[in-house]
Formats: sequence, structure tokens, C-alpha cells
Amino acid sequence: MAEEVTGTTWTVYDANSMTQAEIYGHVLCELGEENPDIVGLSADLAKSTKIGLFGDRFPERFFNVGIAEQNMFGVAAGLAKAGLLPFVSTMAAFTSMRACEQVRTDICYQNLDCKIIATHGGISFGTAGSTHNATEDLAIMRAMPNMTVIVPADGIETANAVRACVDHPGPVYIRVGRGFEPTYYETEDYGFEIGKAVELSPGTDITIIACGVTVLQAAEAARVLKAEDGLSVRVLNLHTIKPLDEAAILRAVTETRRIITFEDHSVIGGLGTAVADVIAASGKGCAFEKVGIPDEFSLVGYPEDLYAHYKLDTNGIIDRVRAVMGKDFEEDENWDDEV
Amino acid sequence: MALTQTELRTLEQMAWQVRRDIIDVTVWAGGAHIGSGLSMVDILVTLYFHILNVDPANPDKPDRDRMVVSKGHGGVGYAPVLARKGYFDFETLKTFNQFNSPFGMHLDGRKVRGVDVSTGSLGHGLSMALGLALGARLRNESWYTYCLLGDGECNEGSVWEAAMAAAHFKVTNLVTIVDRNRLMIDGGTEEVMGVEPFADKWKAFGFITKEIDGHDFNQICQAVTEAHAEERAPVLIIANTKKGSGVDYMEDNVKWHYGSMDSTLADQARASVDKRFNRVN
Ligand SMILES: Cc1ncc(C[n+]2csc(CCOP(=O)(O)OP(=O)(O)O)c2C)c(N)n1
Repeated sequence: MAEEVTGTTWTVYDANSMTQAEIYGHVLCELGEENPDIVGLSADLAKSTKIGLFGDRFPERFFNVGIAEQNMFGVAAGLAKAGLLPFVSTMAAFTSMRACEQVRTDICYQNLDCKIIATHGGISFGTAGSTHNATEDLAIMRAMPNMTVIVPADGIETANAVRACVDHPGPVYIRVGRGFEPTYYETEDYGFEIGKAVELSPGTDITIIACGVTVLQAAEAARVLKAEDGLSVRVLNLHTIKPLDEAAILRAVTETRRIITFEDHSVIGGLGTAVADVIAASGKGCAFEKVGIPDEFSLVGYPEDLYAHYKLDTNGIIDRVRAVMGKDFEEDENWDDEV
Repeated sequence: MALTQTELRTLEQMAWQVRRDIIDVTVWAGGAHIGSGLSMVDILVTLYFHILNVDPANPDKPDRDRMVVSKGHGGVGYAPVLARKGYFDFETLKTFNQFNSPFGMHLDGRKVRGVDVSTGSLGHGLSMALGLALGARLRNESWYTYCLLGDGECNEGSVWEAAMAAAHFKVTNLVTIVDRNRLMIDGGTEEVMGVEPFADKWKAFGFITKEIDGHDFNQICQAVTEAHAEERAPVLIIANTKKGSGVDYMEDNVKWHYGSMDSTLADQARASVDKRFNRVN
């Protein structure tokens, strides 16, 4: 029974039986034991986001404000001002869009220590359709000054991110999926650090940069591409979209000369755009493609089918990597001359 | 005006049919907001099969009445009503939730014939309904706008912003109905975030309120007819309902806000709906 799991580290066994959100709920309970200032808030989604586990454990430190997201983020700002450490959870769509201004003006503008764990990110709740998809949230959150934006690869990385955000100053946005995504990591100790990309496999031909649900798919694609095409594929798990690990991206530019990004988000404004900005500013030539949801409202469907359709599953990633391998980039060994 | 015996029979028959349909669609979809859908069946059936001036053969006809199902997660209940009304073939609902289906949990007005306004994010519908009603008034058109809200949905501040504006603009070509089933997701409305005294709140915002049994076709019909006649202020109908209405093991049970059924549960649900139908006959 997932509810009975205790302990302070999470392994693949827990992660396979628990959704990202459930792991979050349990980690938050542990943190709540250690830190009496932690308070929780939800908006009639305590059960769905699993912050309800914290609410069950610490009922007096938990506020379910009803279906009122704008109020919730304003209240969270007030609690933070009163010296408490709010963890706030609702779906990513309602966090980033319904309560956008409260998050931006009440929380980010005042640079408050407020931790937001948003669930059902991207098209992970694909059957619910566009009202519940959040394919703009990373673009929105990234544009807010002071905000840290994290997209964990799986439940284990979610545990790491939730723990790490407590001591990370200022507002943090952690975006998880609906919860049934398979896990990549087997244990928690792989050196998670906010703002630092994790290299999952070394490579010199091309770099795949992924976050969230695409990380596992990218790692699998890299294995297939090595076996079938003899390609040396570097895979980066860029779990922190902001602040960005620019050094890791620049290394990829110079060392692999080809970069491709995969994200469960619009191709506008998310991971791919963040990476593109760094490439453009580097002044170095690089074959590049960003893959995500095109500039449209997603089709309806189960996430697996949608990920396949939008080329975010293993096969799709293989397909796009092969396409980018066929692209030209300006050969110039003497980059020192360039801007 | 009371319903004739034949009219009543027609509505009862349709409400039974739609409940059976909701069970089918929930099975096809692999899961759905079944409790939410069942809760509003009798309201939608009365509107679509007795009140609304709409033409499924001509879904865009300019003088049609407009319907805004603001509790958009009730799509599993709304879609069968539209199918039975003739907007599309009921069988097409077999694709519900599947890849590239026009039908997801929250109906998309661009894809589903008969849906005037796309909803699903709670608290948007009354504002859009108000805009429709103001538009009709401005253009001297005689159609009505109907808006169906959830009671938990009324936690959203935007509902009250719209309410304030509807009263301020003295909008009387808008009929707002709340599906008052007293449940939301995390529990009862009064337990999670109390909305009572509910009617008083609407009154204080300038509405004329009516409270009815939301499963009684005559009462629904009469309240709407009275709302049409009202010229002083907008009308709010509090329709007291049971979430999961018609399926005994779902009624008033918060666990069935959203759920999926195996074949045993589905058969049990069908038997329960059939029993209810036979009793009213
Ligand atoms: C803005 C927004 N927040 C949260 C949700 C998630 N959600 C879907 S249904 C629901 C509960 C709705 O309760 P109520 O309005 O009482 O409708 P019922 O299903 O009980 O008829 C919630 C919170 C949503 N769809 N939109």
C-alpha cells in the first residue's frame, strides 16, 4: 500500500508503485515533520495533487480554499509574509493561467518563499482536453522574475526537487505530470542540484536535451541510436529550466554541434526556447531543432498516444534525431574569430 | 404551465435513456465524471427537450437559444443529451477520450456540434453567458442564454464578478441554474468551502432566486418559465440534486465524482437506473 510507505529515501520500487504526486505528498509529510513552518494549500484538488497526504497528517497546517485558485495563491503570499513556508498545489493549468497574476505579482514580485508543486503538466491529462492541458506554463513561469522552474523527470527526481526547494530561496515552480509516467531513476543519489543539468549518457555526435516525461524516452532513444545507427548521443536531463545550466548547453554546442530538445510543452517559450537563446547568444553555428507541442491546442487522447503523435516518445525522438543528423551546420573549426 | 402527461412521459423516457447512455459512455471512455454528469441530467433534458429553441439540423441558426454548461466536466452527461437531440450519432461517442476524438472529458465547441461555448475550467461560464445575453439584448434579439453552474464552482470569485455585473446590467434574458448537489471533489461543499447561505448570497448580489427539486421536470420547467417572465432582475435557480442521481451506489457519494466501472459495476448501474425508470412508470 503506497500510503504506508515510510522512510526518507525513495527507490524505484516506491516510484513504480506511486505516482510523482504521491511521492511528493509523502516527501512533504516528512518535511512537515522536520519543519513546523511548512503549510499546505490546495483548491479542491487535495486528493488529485496528493498534497492531501500532508493535510491528513497536519490538518491544522493545511488550507483547502475550495475551487478558488486566485484566492489560494494570494493567501499563500500572505502566509509567506507571516513567516510560514507555503507549499501550494493545484493543476499546472490553473496555477499558471488562472492564478497567473497572483503568482507573478503577489509571490514573485515580493520574492516570497513559496513553493508551488503543479500537477497534470503538459498533455499528461490528455483526455481532459485543452482546458486542463498546460502547454504554456513553462513559458509563463519562466518569464516571471525571481521564479525557479523545475520539471522533474520522474517520481524520484520529484522527491529530490521537493526536498531541495525548501532551502532554495524565493518562489519555486515544480511541474509534474498526471502521475502514471514510468520512472527513469532507480535511486535518489545521482547528484541532483537545482540549476545543474544531469548528463545521462556521454556523446559527441548530437545532444538530446530533455525534461520531465521525455527524459526516459530520450535515454532509450539514445541506446537505440547507438545500436542501430552507431551514433554517439549525449543526453542531458535539464530538469531546471530556470536558472538554466548555460555551461552544459555551451559544452553541447561546441562538443556535439547538434542539439535537439524534447518537452511536453509548446515549442514556444519552454525548454527549447531557453536552450535556443543560449545557442543564439553563443554566436556559434549549431544544427538545432526543438520538439514539443506545435503552436496549436493539443488533440484529445491518452498521453501515450499523444506523445507518439507529437514525437515525444522513443520512436518519435529517434525519428527527429535522425532528421537533425541530416541537417547541415556551418563547418568552422576556428570559432575564436566569431562573436 | 404544468407539463402534460405526454410531455412528462417524454422527458422521463429521455432522462432514463441519457442515464443509460452515460453509463455506456463512461465504460467506453475508460472513466468519466459520472457523478457530475448524472446529477444534471434532468435539468439538461428538460431544457433540451422542452424549453430550448434549438435545431440540431441547423446548429448555428442565429436565433437559437444558447446553452453554457459552465460545469464543463459534466461532458459525459452533456454529450448524450446532444446526441439524443440529434446533433450527432450516439455511436460516435464510442471514441470518447480516444486519440483525436472530438470528445474529451470537457466538450470542445469547435469540435462537438451543438456546443455553443467550450468550458472545463470552472468559473468561466457565467461571464461568457452574460456576454451572450448582453449581446442579444444589444442586437434586439429575443433568444435566451442559459447557464448551468456547479455549486462547488461557485467558490470561484469570477462567478460572483459575473453575478454582480448581471444584476448591475439588469440582464433578464439570462437564466442561471446551479446544480446544487452539495458535493465537490474533496468533500461536501459545506465541509470544503461553505457556500451557505447560498440563496441569500445571490440575493445580496441582486438576483431573484428560486429553489427547486432539480430532478422534478415540472418544477424545473415552471422555474424556467417564471424566470422568462421576470423583468426586474436576473434569476438564479437553485436546483437541489443528488450527485450520481439514478445509480443507487453513486448517489450522494463523493467518491463517484469521477470514476470508472468494470462490467459488474456497469450492470449494477444499469439495473439501478432501470429500476428507477420502471418505478416512475
Ligand atoms: C478552475 C478549475 N479548478 C479546478 C478544476 C478541477 N475540478 C473539476 S470538477 C471540480 C469539482 C466541481 O464541483 P462542482 O462545481 O460542485 O460540480 P459537481 O461535479 O459536484 O456537479 C474541480 C475542482 C477545474 N475544472 N477548474
